[in-house]
Amino acid sequence: MSAELIRRSAADLATALAAGEVSSVEVTQAHLDRIAAVEPAVHAFLHVSGESALATARDVDARRAAGETLHALAGVPIAVKDVVVTEGVPTTAGSRILEGWVPPYDATLVRRLKAARLPVLGKTNMDEFAMGSSTEHSAYGDTHNPWDLDRIPGGSGGGSAAAVAAFEAPLAIGTDTGGSIRQPAAVTGTVGSKPTYGSVSRYGLIALASSLDQAGPCTRTVLDAALLHELIGGHDPLDSTSIAEPLPDLVGAARQGLSGDLSGVRVGVVRELQGEGYQPGVLARFEESLEVLRGLGAEVVEVSCPHFGYALEAYYLILPAEASSNLAKFDGMRFGLRVEPEDGPVTAERVMAATRGRGFGDEVKRRIILGTYALSAGYYDAYYGSAQKVRTLIQRDFAAAFERADVLVSPTAPTTAFRLGEKLDDPLAMYLNDVATIPVNLAGVPGLSLPAGLSDDGLPVGFQVIAPAKADDRLYRVGAALETALESRWGGPILAQAPRLEENR
Amino acid sequence: MSTLSRDEVARVAGLARIELTEAELDRLAGELDVIVSSVARVSEVATPDVPATSHPLPLTNVFRPDEPVAPLDREAVLAAAPAHEDGKFLVPQILEEEA
Repeated sequence: MSAELIRRSAADLATALAAGEVSSVEVTQAHLDRIAAVEPAVHAFLHVSGESALATARDVDARRAAGETLHALAGVPIAVKDVVVTEGVPTTAGSRILEGWVPPYDATLVRRLKAARLPVLGKTNMDEFAMGSSTEHSAYGDTHNPWDLDRIPGGSGGGSAAAVAAFEAPLAIGTDTGGSIRQPAAVTGTVGSKPTYGSVSRYGLIALASSLDQAGPCTRTVLDAALLHELIGGHDPLDSTSIAEPLPDLVGAARQGLSGDLSGVRVGVVRELQGEGYQPGVLARFEESLEVLRGLGAEVVEVSCPHFGYALEAYYLILPAEASSNLAKFDGMRFGLRVEPEDGPVTAERVMAATRGRGFGDEVKRRIILGTYALSAGYYDAYYGSAQKVRTLIQRDFAAAFERADVLVSPTAPTTAFRLGEKLDDPLAMYLNDVATIPVNLAGVPGLSLPAGLSDDGLPVGFQVIAPAKADDRLYRVGAALETALESRWGGPILAQAPRLEENR
Repeated sequence: MSTLSRDEVARVAGLARIELTEAELDRLAGELDVIVSSVARVSEVATPDVPATSHPLPLTNVFRPDEPVAPLDREAVLAAAPAHEDGKFLVPQILEEEA
């Protein structure tokens, strides 16, 4: 019973809950049991809030029994990435510097989850302050890919993707600054959606790069992603960059896509996001998916985005620059760790340096120093200023491409999941994992990754769909259509092919 | 060609208020030099005629109604601080000066 429950989609669970076939307590307990059974082998979670999740579940069941009208996802449990602040629940962003910090407030998206009465199962592991592509930069240990525990689950949101892939949660929240929702989705055989910048409030996200960060859904189906996006999205006066207009009909678009007809939809293949550096098995699955899209009636054209070749470089100037400023608040004064210098005067400046020296990990130090350098006198124009110009050029590339296509597509990541430790000593090699996802953040447009099958190494491959700003509905229509066609070929969801995880007794 | 020397990394780390060990400095200097050399490619296409973009979607000033709202609870905020006293954050000496 509970083994069957954890494999169901959020949409299915919502239907079963509404029909009274199952209670939220049963669903929530089934997931807590699964967490107990596969942790710490997967290590998707940094904190499990079982008691409060069950309390929410009991409340939902009581309200439903009393005939109250509830949100469609009421009672469906969810996991939240640890970069999102949760009142009364520890929030570390994967960093030592925030170890034990209990936020005094909720992020807007958490308030929306609570208002809709979704039991929050806990907080998921991540690269420290979301800096990384493998979750190996967490201060609290690696998360393991449920497809092969010796491999990375992607990053920075490896915990959220692994939790969903390992059936520890039907839904999770991720954040995506350069691919941190989509790349983990690709390597774990799950679905991840990065909304249009401003579609989901950033209030209460521990900021990495404010002009790039977006929170979004991590799920096992495209429809579930649309349902979760609609719940957490929409205008928030607490985020000045929040889009002050209603969301498109995301769930309607996903349901339309499930009908399997893409007649008249123009799909643009980005020439620059394939070829050298992409694993042959990744490209093979990508080509197959294009065939499937043609079979559904879509018109597939090739588009060129000549400046995408500079996106990675621009990103690794803009992100560190913004991060160096955002992370200045971790100074040992008002929250988190405080370390006093071992000798010499105990001044605020020296305490700050000692605290950050001890509290930040390698990747965070690298990026803050890089960003501080890029912004420092004499270098600003050459580095940060140039990167901002590249951002303009990338936006122009997108604008031109969207003249010829309704959505753009590419492989989500150039390779399947690599082994833990394999790229840890080579930052540039690690950065290349996000080569296909980064342009999307630089332009603020929405992108979604869904499974495209398995590479010749037996590991999942992701297919990325990109839409123009504020046209997130297209992601869900095209994504759902491709998903349903691929699943009928496979005879079921891709995760049915994942090896069974050994369960603790 | 080295663009970022060990001394320069030490200077910037100081600006960023991050204490580094000698070993960290050795390693970071090498890594950062490689990264900076790579990202410097952006200047190839950043010609003077291209305007800079700082934000993904065009935005003008955003205001909210000027109405008071309840701030965070003081006790809850101070509970998360490394040290506090008399309802305030307790911090080290701010200015380095003779005692």
